Amino acid sequence: MVPTTYYIALSAILFSIGIVGVLTRRNAIVIFLCIELMLNAANLAFVAFARQLGSIDGQVIVFFVMTVAAAEAAVGLAIIIAVFRHRQTINADDLRLLRW
Amino acid sequence: MNSLWFDLGAATIKSLVVVLNVLQLAGMLGWVERKGSALIQDRIGANRAAIFGFTGAGLVNTMMADPLKFLTKEDVIPGGVDHLLHTLAPCIHLFPALVTFAVIPFGDVLVIGDREINLQVAPLNIGILYVLAMVSLGVYGVVLGGWASNNRWSLLGGIRGSAQMISYELAMGLALVAMIMTYGTLDLQEMARAQGGTLLGIIPKWGILYQPLAFLIFFTAGMAESKRVPFDLPESESELVSGFFTEYSGTKHLMFFMTDFVEVIIVSGLATTLFFGGWQVPFLARDGFHFPGGASLLLPNLVVAILQIISFSVKVLFFCWFQIMIRWTLPRFRYDQLMRLGWIGLLPLGFLNAIVTAMIILAWGAH
Amino acid sequence: MGFALFFILAGLIILSAVGVVLNRHPVRSAMCLVATLFLLAVLFIFLDADFVAALQVVVYAGAIMVVFLFVIMLLNLSDDAPAPPQQSRRFSALVGASLFVLGLLYLLRQAGLLLPGPGMGTAVPQGFGSIEMVGLRLFTHYLLQFEITGLLMLGGVVGAVVLAKRKVG
Repeated sequence: MVPTTYYIALSAILFSIGIVGVLTRRNAIVIFLCIELMLNAANLAFVAFARQLGSIDGQVIVFFVMTVAAAEAAVGLAIIIAVFRHRQTINADDLRLLRW
Repeated sequence: MNSLWFDLGAATIKSLVVVLNVLQLAGMLGWVERKGSALIQDRIGANRAAIFGFTGAGLVNTMMADPLKFLTKEDVIPGGVDHLLHTLAPCIHLFPALVTFAVIPFGDVLVIGDREINLQVAPLNIGILYVLAMVSLGVYGVVLGGWASNNRWSLLGGIRGSAQMISYELAMGLALVAMIMTYGTLDLQEMARAQGGTLLGIIPKWGILYQPLAFLIFFTAGMAESKRVPFDLPESESELVSGFFTEYSGTKHLMFFMTDFVEVIIVSGLATTLFFGGWQVPFLARDGFHFPGGASLLLPNLVVAILQIISFSVKVLFFCWFQIMIRWTLPRFRYDQLMRLGWIGLLPLGFLNAIVTAMIILAWGAH
Repeated sequence: MGFALFFILAGLIILSAVGVVLNRHPVRSAMCLVATLFLLAVLFIFLDADFVAALQVVVYAGAIMVVFLFVIMLLNLSDDAPAPPQQSRRFSALVGASLFVLGLLYLLRQAGLLLPGPGMGTAVPQGFGSIEMVGLRLFTHYLLQFEITGLLMLGGVVGAVVLAKRKVG
């Protein structure tokens, strides 16, 4: 029987790997992939706690997180396509119109 | 401890039996396709592979010549290709197809001593969802195969193929939803068991009597998923050479080619289990035949199990043959016709079917 | 489920997650993420969440990641150039992340004995994590949220089509 804290630790490690990815990579799509990684780390935490508490609510929330992630991925990728059409690049360093 | 070894042994033997049978049947289907198409097109077909003039009814060709040819061909990898993805694509394509057979039941129970072995490799309680999951994973083989070939026509075939597959996954899912509602369970073995018994005393209670529309939708979507003609535009043997797997030769080509036939067997196996009673023989219960007149013939469990396995095999073979017949009869769909059929034709029909099924179940209790 | 199995699985998950971040080729990054999602689904099955595991493979690994791959292929992205000598940003990101993880792990060690609920050792009720139980809860207690996600999906579809459509003329 693996204690819950191990699962939460794994979730924390995945989340921070995602954070490092978002902060270091410059390709917009890879940044997006790391965001999905963070969402999955949260899903793992939900499922682990659902098992810990014996409550099915955690898994229902995971269902919602997945649907939100799907909608967000669709719209985000559409935005990336639109940006690529205009600027011919999706390198986050080159898209700096709004920077100071 | 003893029971653990027994379970382990039973599971291993079941898995081996299923996988080896499927692989062998996939090879035989290649031969059936060649000879069948030859008969339809009024020609002789492949008959040159022989040992000392002994063709062995095609066995020499299928079992020895064809596999040897594929396995010993040079593995040509085009330049500028991502080697990891190029090698990964056929593996990703074949693996989910083979693993799907873990949930398809091929018999009821086999009683050995005082233990019952469920004749299904993995009794998951999410059986059908597992099948859908494996079908979804199969898309990656197509996408990666097209991309990793460094060839824009392969890429075109790959994108077309994956778009077609994800469109028809929806229609297949809806047909399966109607079946799930009818039987109230996701486990395929329970569905097969629920199709025993008779309606009005004579007609076996098979799924197709309850859901004929779902059968049509499922079969069409299944053929589109496995990219068989008339839906084989991603492959289009007369246009894109081999579409997304043009640049593969030797063993990798064999893996892609074999997945085609393994998916034919999957669609046949699922259609049999869901709509045609699976391993059920009409009037056969666990202890023997019970005819409607009242006569009954008691049989030992081993004979019953063997009869059920034979019945399952016959039904699956029939549907495999049926799909091969359809392939050589119908012309290929154009891409926009294909997409239109999937989104504007099958999807609303699937919804309609699911809604009507739900209303009937609410009105009559367990339909 | 044995400790050994959990550690092997966790090691593989972390390895593929690191592969997502470190890979220079976006397609390989995406495939590493698919592997991570699949391994997470296996982990979900060990946590008695059968339905969620199947959903993870069908929805996340089977649909969302395919869309990602489509976009990567559509834009025909080549490999990212190796990172410029902007080491300060990477270094600070790594330091920040490690501090975060270490702090969290320390807190977990303290709080591990105080987690509420029956705990992992107790058996779950029959049918926990099955589609019946999740569906029942979803359509009774969370019905409003379910309908709202339907609207969200509609908004997502319309938005994606409008944004990605090529303007005619």
